[in-house]
Amino acid sequence: MSVCTSPSDDGLTRRLIELTEAGLPLVADPWAWLAGELGIDVDATLALLQRLQADGAIRRIAAIPNHYRLGYRHNGMTVWDVDDAEIARLGALIGAQPFVSHCYRRPRQEGWPYNLFAMVHGRDASDIEAYRNQIRALLGNACRANEMLVSSRILKKTGLRLATQRRA
Amino acid sequence: MHIDALSRRLIDRYQHGMPLCAEPYRAMADELGCSEEEVLACLEQLHEGGGLSRIGPVFEHSRAGASTLVALAVPAARLEQVAARINAFPEVNHNYLREHRYNLWFVLTGPDRPHIDRLLAEIEADTGLTPLDLPMQQAFRIDLGFPLGDPS
Repeated sequence: MSVCTSPSDDGLTRRLIELTEAGLPLVADPWAWLAGELGIDVDATLALLQRLQADGAIRRIAAIPNHYRLGYRHNGMTVWDVDDAEIARLGALIGAQPFVSHCYRRPRQEGWPYNLFAMVHGRDASDIEAYRNQIRALLGNACRANEMLVSSRILKKTGLRLATQRRA
Repeated sequence: MHIDALSRRLIDRYQHGMPLCAEPYRAMADELGCSEEEVLACLEQLHEGGGLSRIGPVFEHSRAGASTLVALAVPAARLEQVAARINAFPEVNHNYLREHRYNLWFVLTGPDRPHIDRLLAEIEADTGLTPLDLPMQQAFRIDLGFPLGDPS
């Protein structure tokens, strides 16, 4: 990553990504563990993490749930053909709904008229249908057409492995 | 999996961010009004049950290169074969079957856009199917999770 403030940070950052992208070990002080692996002290490790987060290279440091395993087995990718003049405002509005986990603008393609994507999750089919209706109401006349693509099977799901790609 | 009240509170409170300090689970325990041991035991149990995929930093993908969302309209009879071919690419990190004419949806991630273009051409040559290439143009919300809400 090119966001680091000193040359020595680059090597440390690469090591930090390799060590943490699959998850930290569940020990009382994971940052002390990481500091030991990096060969620097805990304060320097915390400072590096803070810098990477401030620079945007780290989006968040968190407990990442697997919602599917927690019972949210229904996921719907709702797709919308929204007026281009309105999409910035409406995309922000839809993205702010608590039941939406991802919301992106993507290009229309031949045979694919939809430019706004919003992912919704629920415990049953009626949950996600209700969310779709709420989005439809929010978009109103600015939306010409929509569909909901329900997932029937997860064929592959792995976190991004930067370290593996770098070695490849 | 069954999740208890403490697990639910842990996930709701810390899926967006956790304290960045030495002994973070002690800080979380103080906030939740329980012991550090309880927090760790709870996370361990969640992890074993699959409800917690991991704890740690989430890195910004787009900084690392290029990515796009791809859809293929695969004839039902060829689904298993095409899905296996797609999953074999190390650049594919999510692949979902969806109920639609475009039934196979996956994310391609690579070091740069030319790499993605080569993969798309390779997929088309291998499968005879024209991929729908839908790169992100603007993010309104990225994977912030969502509240688990009340148990039901």
